Amino acid sequence: MASDLTTAILDALSASDAPILSNQAFPSDPSLNVKSALDRLASRLMVEYETKEKDIIVLTSEGEAIVANGSHEARVFNAVVKALDGLKITDLPGIVGKDSAKVGQGNAFKRGWIKKDNDLLRAAKESIVDETREQLLGVQKTKSLDDSKALADLKRRKLISMSKEFAFVISKGPKYAREIAKEETDLTAEMIANGSWKTTQFKPYNFNAKGAPTPAGALHPLNKVRQEFRHIFFEMGFEEMPTNRYVETGFWNFDALFVPQQHPARDLQDTFYIADPLTADPPREDPPNDPHLSKADKPLDYKQYWDNVHDVHEKGKFGSIGYRYPWNPDESLRLVLRTHTTSISAYMLHKLAANPRPARFFSIDRVFRNEAVDATHLAEFHQIEGVIADFGLTLGGLIGFMEVFFSKMGIHQLRFKPAYNPYTEPSMEIFGYHEGLGKWVEIGNSGMFRPEMLESMGIPKDMRVYGWGLSLERPTMIKYAVSNIRELLGHKVDLNFIESNPAVRLEKE
Amino acid sequence: MPTISVDKAALFKELGREYTTEEFDELCFEFGIELDEDTTDQNRPIVDGVQEPPQLKIEIPANRYDLLCFEGIALMLNIFLGRKPLPEYKLTQPAQLQEIIVKEDTSKIRPYVSGAILRGVKFDKARYESFIALQDKLHQNLARQRTLVSIGTHDLDTVKGPFTYEALPPKDIKFIPLNQTQEMNGEELMNFYEKHQQLGKYLHIIRDSPVYPVIYDSSRTVCSLPPIINGDHSKITMDTTNIFIEITALDRTKLEIVNRMMVTMFSQYTSEPFTIEPVKIVSEHNNETRITPDLSPRTAEAEVSYINQCCGLNLTAVDISNYLRKMAFRAKPSINKPDVVDVEIPPTRADVLHQCDIMEDVAIAYGFNNLPRSFPSKSGTIAQPLPINKLSDIIRVETAMAGWSEVLPLILCSHDENFGWLNRKDDGNTAVKLANPKTSEFQVVRTSLLPGLLKTIRENKAHSVPMKIFEVSDVAFKDLSLERKSRNERHYAAAFYGKSSGFEIVHGLMDRVMAMLKSAFITAEEGLINPAASHSHYYIKELNDRTFLPGHAASVHLRIGGKDHVIGNFGILHPEVLEKYELKYPVSTLELNIEPFL
Repeated sequence: MASDLTTAILDALSASDAPILSNQAFPSDPSLNVKSALDRLASRLMVEYETKEKDIIVLTSEGEAIVANGSHEARVFNAVVKALDGLKITDLPGIVGKDSAKVGQGNAFKRGWIKKDNDLLRAAKESIVDETREQLLGVQKTKSLDDSKALADLKRRKLISMSKEFAFVISKGPKYAREIAKEETDLTAEMIANGSWKTTQFKPYNFNAKGAPTPAGALHPLNKVRQEFRHIFFEMGFEEMPTNRYVETGFWNFDALFVPQQHPARDLQDTFYIADPLTADPPREDPPNDPHLSKADKPLDYKQYWDNVHDVHEKGKFGSIGYRYPWNPDESLRLVLRTHTTSISAYMLHKLAANPRPARFFSIDRVFRNEAVDATHLAEFHQIEGVIADFGLTLGGLIGFMEVFFSKMGIHQLRFKPAYNPYTEPSMEIFGYHEGLGKWVEIGNSGMFRPEMLESMGIPKDMRVYGWGLSLERPTMIKYAVSNIRELLGHKVDLNFIESNPAVRLEKE
Repeated sequence: MPTISVDKAALFKELGREYTTEEFDELCFEFGIELDEDTTDQNRPIVDGVQEPPQLKIEIPANRYDLLCFEGIALMLNIFLGRKPLPEYKLTQPAQLQEIIVKEDTSKIRPYVSGAILRGVKFDKARYESFIALQDKLHQNLARQRTLVSIGTHDLDTVKGPFTYEALPPKDIKFIPLNQTQEMNGEELMNFYEKHQQLGKYLHIIRDSPVYPVIYDSSRTVCSLPPIINGDHSKITMDTTNIFIEITALDRTKLEIVNRMMVTMFSQYTSEPFTIEPVKIVSEHNNETRITPDLSPRTAEAEVSYINQCCGLNLTAVDISNYLRKMAFRAKPSINKPDVVDVEIPPTRADVLHQCDIMEDVAIAYGFNNLPRSFPSKSGTIAQPLPINKLSDIIRVETAMAGWSEVLPLILCSHDENFGWLNRKDDGNTAVKLANPKTSEFQVVRTSLLPGLLKTIRENKAHSVPMKIFEVSDVAFKDLSLERKSRNERHYAAAFYGKSSGFEIVHGLMDRVMAMLKSAFITAEEGLINPAASHSHYYIKELNDRTFLPGHAASVHLRIGGKDHVIGNFGILHPEVLEKYELKYPVSTLELNIEPFL
């Protein structure tokens, strides 16, 4: 259809030297069709056109019916005349329709065209002029009406309505021709082989549409953020810790970290305990031939470590007065799902005691809390943890390190609040200024591990160890405005979100 | 962390000036507490026609029991601001000490008791409420919901010592509990309070014991039935002036901490401020006869060099002593040890265990945010990934490049999801099972990645098909040979969900990953003929496994470094499995243990 119209337009232009007007040349074609034909031609520079907009009057469907059949009153009059000897009032709706009978009877009386004779209607005039129909006929032809009173009257009777008409002033374009050349949509191997590309006319490309969707796999958004953090750690010389160990003992998860056995974190309300298997062994080499111990290292005395931890809780040791409560070995041998990856940091620091030397460790892995699930809490989340062990470390060094670490993820203003944590002293909560939110938000926890925890392992007194941690989910949720953690982790995550989430660039806002 | 609500106007009056919310927030931040909320601009509750005055809600570190009440917060902030010195707490020496005589049977249920007396106390409404609230906070926090320690406070003028601490059969203990009118025995009392909103949760602590702990005065009036409730007879009111405090416990250390907190916080309201009348505990059977409370400061040594090293400062012993004064310590340079500051740790500071705690307080007094910042870069360390994570990343990236989407389901799942729904049987030696999950969603640690993948598909039914998803992560198995009686294993799994099964597609993905890991495909027969052909080979064999549609599953066999491993399987899931997971279209899955590739 459109192609017919393009030919018609090109033909009409060829017959006329002056620009042509679309509503004169193609009065019966809807202006939308005309426009799409013109756009096809204009994109090839074959025509140029201007759009003219004009107010017009059009008939409503009722108006169209009157043009075809006469006004309601005229139809009533005609019906009465046709009946010859008067028309029963009750027969009228059957002849002209219910609506016309009602409106037309009233108007015909008003105009004195009919009169009532008992239950009969009789003609009062020989003939009538149907002015309404005449007016509407004129409107249909000219799309206008000069008599403003009549215009208002017809509008009120909902026989006409106002509309707009688009017309196009069309002239020849620089590449005008009588026919659209045959066009190819794409360059093909064949065209290159036979050289036909030189003469081929290519169909213009639609630059307003998207390209074809590319089939793509995707990495999970949370893992993409994790990868950024791993890169930050690698850039700063950190070794990844073996956190592929979900089940821990009370010893490594709590006691080794100087968390007393009555601490609320050890409640059934907070920690998942294991029913099967039930009881762990006291600390020993696990796994056998531990890759984190070298042959050159001095052998580790696990029994001594166990006893040190026992003593430091129950009666104090290494300059600490301890918590002074009866320490229960059974509590230490209960199995738990690790509540933090700091249990692995303890394991690594204990290995470090075999050959104390500067070390930097990190991990990003799953931890478990027996929490009620809501928008910000899941029973599982990821903990990011860093550990630096060295001689002569200072608190200012921890602060300075955090400034570099967090600036790599786009957070440039930090401040530190004294806090409490059973295994670090001092403990500092890290607050970062969030430009987007315009406020300070807590972004992590940090501190220096307690001497009585380290010396129990055999770490020398003058070695100090920083530790810090944050969750992977929280910064991700802030960064990507995700309000419900279940939209980020777990089986309820929307696959479309995974597939369309942009690449992660933490340093960019 | 406990949150304490204090009257804003009263606190600022104590601190001697007004603070804006921002200024007070800043003060809290520097001191190490956290202003949670200032209710000034909020709709505050109206009680008896009077609107509650503006409150400050302050979060307290869990080990600072001396900050659990208005009196403690005001005192410690005033000391921090240099407006007040630490009070000198003194024990009076009455001619006749009040005594609590301990009977041996108490060791069967709640062995320790401690006591103290505050004389001439002037309560007003705020002080009285704070006195009650501190007991409540101590019960909730340090005392672990009254299990370890519980406090009873009495109007001393209504009872008469010496007191006895006994353990008796419930039926033999009869008294009118606090704010009640009828007398009841221990058994009746348990029934009476069973549904009580506050007290119901403490009944379990003694309920099933053949004897209940009880404190009597010399005329056999019951003072309290710890840790449940006091007697009505000796109850304190706002008009009480002489207060008898008795504390019972399972934990001796916490017992004395609670005693010291109670008396140091409220002795400022006694007729002679900061004086406390001690109580003699007579407990011969367990050598616990002593006078309580012990308010003498503990002396400790802190090394100047240690503090300076940790803080990165160069303070003198005198500087350090001055900073420590702001944190409520008395400290002075040691007379004969140049590198030592002698520190008196006041009875209010139960949190100080080691000189690192003293060092932290120097840093807080100096200001964490004023410490000289440096970068710890003296030592070179070498970055390296965990080998299994590096291997996982290779497989993850290769699979994503092949057009699959990574998902991250949960590690915990229900027993059915892990076994029954996959048509698998639990032999009892495989899965790690949880003891105390809150919901059936978390019963076992998964032994397969399939439940998570299938649940992810189930939750994403609106997604277009085919769906191609994968995960590389750990499962866990029981392993009684190890210290932790279990081990993780790194698995790789993928699932295809579409109108046709995608069996060959999943098979092809496995081939692709094998190729990327430099494993060559061989047939089973070839494997038998030439076992040492090259470093790494794999072949597949038809597998009978009820997880899969019969005849449409294979086991994957890897020969690597001369060793044979069955590393996993793939196939079309059995329609019964699909039904359990509410999946309408066929699914093919692949699951491999990738650890042999290490």
